[in-house]
Parts: sequence; C-alpha cells; structure tokens
Amino acid sequence: MQRDVWPTDAGTTNAGLAMTIPLPSDESLAEDIRAVLAECGGLAVDPGRLAPEDDLYAAGLTSHGCVGLMLGLEERFEVEFPETLLNRRTFESIAAIRDAVRGLLVRSAA
Amino acid sequence: MSMTDSAGTQADAPQIDSQAAYRDELVKAGLLIPTGVDGLYGRSGVFEDVVERFDALVTVWGGTDGAEVMRFPPALNRRHFEESEYLKSFPHLAGTIHSFKGDERAHRTLLRRLEEGQDWTEEQAATDVVMTPAACYPVYPTVAARGALPEDGRLIDVFSYCFRHEPSLDPARMQMFRMREYIRVGTPEQVMEFREVWLRRGREMMASLGVPLEIDVANDPFFGRGGAVLSNSQREQKLKFELLIPITSESRPTACLSFNYHQDHFGHLWDIRTADGGVAHTACVGFGMERVALALFRHHGFDTARWPAPVRAVLWG
Repeated sequence: MQRDVWPTDAGTTNAGLAMTIPLPSDESLAEDIRAVLAECGGLAVDPGRLAPEDDLYAAGLTSHGCVGLMLGLEERFEVEFPETLLNRRTFESIAAIRDAVRGLLVRSAA
Repeated sequence: MSMTDSAGTQADAPQIDSQAAYRDELVKAGLLIPTGVDGLYGRSGVFEDVVERFDALVTVWGGTDGAEVMRFPPALNRRHFEESEYLKSFPHLAGTIHSFKGDERAHRTLLRRLEEGQDWTEEQAATDVVMTPAACYPVYPTVAARGALPEDGRLIDVFSYCFRHEPSLDPARMQMFRMREYIRVGTPEQVMEFREVWLRRGREMMASLGVPLEIDVANDPFFGRGGAVLSNSQREQKLKFELLIPITSESRPTACLSFNYHQDHFGHLWDIRTADGGVAHTACVGFGMERVALALFRHHGFDTARWPAPVRAVLWG
C-alpha cells in the first residue's frame, strides 16, 4: 500500500501533497498486518483467525520468524523500524504491531 | 554455541591498544607464533599443555554424565551448513572452502595472475566443505539421521577447531580456535536442567582455577538489522549466558564459557524428534580453549611452573 500523508503543516509546505488524508484505520492496518503475517510470519495458525490482542509467540512466532515479519512490514508500509523497536514486545500481537506501525507512519509523514 | 561477546565491535582505541600489547607479549614470550594474519597463530608446547590440561579438567567435571564422544575435523558437509541457516544469521563470519575447478588454460591464467600480483581466485569454486563455525554444528544432522531420540534424549561431547572470519588484534578473538562442547538434545525439561547444571559447574570449575569471573546474559553477533531483533530477543529470553573473565580489559571481560539454550530451533531445522514425537529442544555448554588459556596466562603469568599451587594441583594433579 501507499504510505499515507499525515499533514502537520498543511498549507505551509508541500501544498500539493498536504491533503487531509487520514492514517489508515485500526481495522485496515490490522488487515494489512495479518496479510504480512500470513506471508512472512511462519505461524502455526491462520492469522485471519487471530484477535488483535492474541499472543503471536503463543501462535508459533519464533525469533527468526520475527526477522521475516519485520522485513515484510517494512516493505508493506514503507517504514523502517528503529533499533529501539527491534525487540519482542514490538511484535507480540497484531495490536502491538499496529501501534508501532502507526507511530512510524506518523513519524515518516511529519 | 558461539562465544562472541559484542565487545570487539565497539572496542575503543585504548581497548585495541591493550589487546595488541597483550598479543605482542604473548608472541614475545613464545606462547603464540605469528603467521602474519591477525587472529591466526601457532601455539607453543606450553600453551598446548595448558589447553590439554584444561580439556582434561572439563572431562573431570562432565565425563561421568555418559556423553557420547564424537570428534569431527574442523569442517562441515556444505549441505548441512546450508541447512543450518548459519548464512541467515552470520554471513559475515562464515568461511567456505573453495578450490580450483578450471582447465589447463584457466590454470595458465591463474599462474600468470599470481605472478603479476593480480587476483587469481576467479576460477576458484565452492567445494562440498565449509569451515566449522561452532563445534556443535556437525552434531545436529548426525543426531537427526538416527531417528527419534531415546527416552532420556542424547548427550554429545565434541571438540574441534572452529573458524570465524573476524580478524582482530585481540589475541582472545582468533579466526581459528578450539571449542570443547557438551550438547544436550531432548525435551525442554531435560535440556533446561542440563544448562542449569552447567551454569553451576562452570562457575565452580573456573573458580577452582583462581581467576576472577562473572556470569552474565549475552547475545550472539547476529548480522544486520534483522540480527538486532534476534540479539534483543535472545537477551530478553535469557537464552545465552557467558562466563566472563578479564583478559585484556577489566571493564570488558572476555567470554570464556557459554551456556546456550536454542529452544527448538535446531530441532525444527533438522526435524529431530523426542521419543514421544515432539520437536526436540537443544542446549550446549561451550568452552573456549584458547580464551581460557589466555585468561590463565593473564592472571597467573607466562611461567606455568610458578602458577599458584592450588591451580597447578587442579590442572596437573
């Protein structure tokens, strides 16, 4: 998907880009994350059946699976996880990933 | 296993100075024989005696557990190396063995380039052999090939030279070094118990050698940003501990023993099954032979005849 533009200075710079396109909804982010999980996560279960708060490690996500997941998320959302986020907590649930990705999208749009 | 504390990558100038100084002392004393390549040394008879005595001491502590002894040359079947996913985690450390595969014409080109001081390696092709990165790597496919584990799992004893491509002035970071290991393969409970036993034994055994030590959580030097995920994950789950002894720095002691719990990583890779059909877990304890010898020389001096009597008694009886 395309990275959304999140204007913080609408009307001052990037006039052509500074539209009020909102960040994707929780639902839409979660769906994209499930798609990446299905492709890269190596889970033992179908990500489509996981609730946002479900523990991904309990669902079979391994440390090596995390690496593939991180790279898949970076590609899909066109973001780069900073060193401070490269830990288990970041990837522990769809909700945790969603919050991290949202933070990165806001930061990259700012 | 892998004893690869991160100190080397962040070493500041004074650290490098003290490492080079200690290496020069070891060379001057004749304990290490330089080859012109950083991290590649010959060892003197005195150095080898210490390594052999320490190897025997490891057997004193671990020999009655009934481990099956396996001794491999310092090389792996390339297929097993590829299956190990080592290249995912440590592409920068791997050493693959290449050999000339060209015809006579290519041979003449090789010789001409050699004579002209040009790159002559173009016709070198990968062989079926890869340098062993850690002594336990040949064990997992070997155990897997035997089928499901017996009820009480398996315990293996290995000892091998290992290769890691990390040239350094630090004599405690050699490119070719020896590692003795015990490897436990079994249920999570069997494997965790093994590691707990060796954390305790390792501390007692090294304390008997009169060296200052501490045990701390550690991580392997996984490659790249994906590697940062693995390193942080390894620390958060306390999968790796190292027994550290100061060698060239008090503030950055060197990992001399390591205690590693791989969870079911290798079990999955090679489909090693427990007696009840579950995926096997593995753990290993590794002894860095050169590092232990260097720590002993650092703390007790280069003349082993003048080492403290209790230490001599432990090693030479």
